[in-house]
Amino acid sequence: MDLLQLFQWFEATAIGTAVRESLWMFPAIQCGHLLTLALLGGAVLVVDLRMLGLGLTAQPINELAAKVHPWMVAAWAGIIVTGIPMFLSEAVKCFYSPPFWYKIGLLVLASAYTLTIRRRVTAAQPDSRRAAPVALASLVLWSGVGFAGRWIAFY
Amino acid sequence: MNLLPLIEWLDRTPGSIAIRESILLYPFIETTHVLTLCLFLGMIALLDLRLLGFGFQSVPVSQVAGRLLPIGLVGFGIMAVSGALLFYSGPLRAHGNIFFRVKMTLMLLAGLNAIAFHYGIYKRITSWDTSPVPPARARLAGFFSLLLWCAIVICGRMQAYNWFEKPPGA
Repeated sequence: MDLLQLFQWFEATAIGTAVRESLWMFPAIQCGHLLTLALLGGAVLVVDLRMLGLGLTAQPINELAAKVHPWMVAAWAGIIVTGIPMFLSEAVKCFYSPPFWYKIGLLVLASAYTLTIRRRVTAAQPDSRRAAPVALASLVLWSGVGFAGRWIAFY
Repeated sequence: MNLLPLIEWLDRTPGSIAIRESILLYPFIETTHVLTLCLFLGMIALLDLRLLGFGFQSVPVSQVAGRLLPIGLVGFGIMAVSGALLFYSGPLRAHGNIFFRVKMTLMLLAGLNAIAFHYGIYKRITSWDTSPVPPARARLAGFFSLLLWCAIVICGRMQAYNWFEKPPGA
């Protein structure tokens, strides 16, 4: 089975078919995807901005990151759970869409980066010289995920 | 007041047509509008969660509001400009779209809710600044803010679907 066949199988799954054939399911899931985007983005941003010396600067980085972590994980789960049925409903279109592949690549990178390097650095209460590049890398990676995601609709 | 002649004129201006027919500009404006949601609604939602007593309970409310609202307002500015450009790219389509009209109405309500909060219970912030769970009126403001902005995002997304539009000529 090559990759395209796998994607054809994805599209033929019960969930993929149900979402594709329904008038309202895809828009409804899109709305959920956007709302969880706001929460995920907010949770990522508030810590990244803090590391850049903006926002909640009176809070220690490690405490802020720990407080936001459950919200970030919940939003991440929400955006994945809403993303999968949308993908299944148009898997073959995604297969031929360059932005889709950029998005998946960047999503894996950004998620792994957030849970490893960024998490370790925030926990270690970094000074601003060490925190700023870690925050910038996070902003670039997550913006890339969102940007590429929106462009699946266009290309 | 009939706005339609003005809308029709706007729809025919070269700038409107240029954005509407562009290959890259329209997607860029749209993507900016969507991603800035993180900056605007992300910050507003964190403040609302604090007002509801669901998060950051050890951080004073005045600190969350004072430090995150300016960032959120920068996001709002970008969303307003990109949103105005999106409207400008298809005023006639937006004019006849029920989701657009509901969205604008809800934004007005969200604005009134914010004003009521800032000139109401927030004036007495010193008496509840460090309360883990703020007073009922503050919780209500946070609840309505979250509810309204979620509904606004949903209307914005749904605006792309022309379910209730009259077909041309009808």
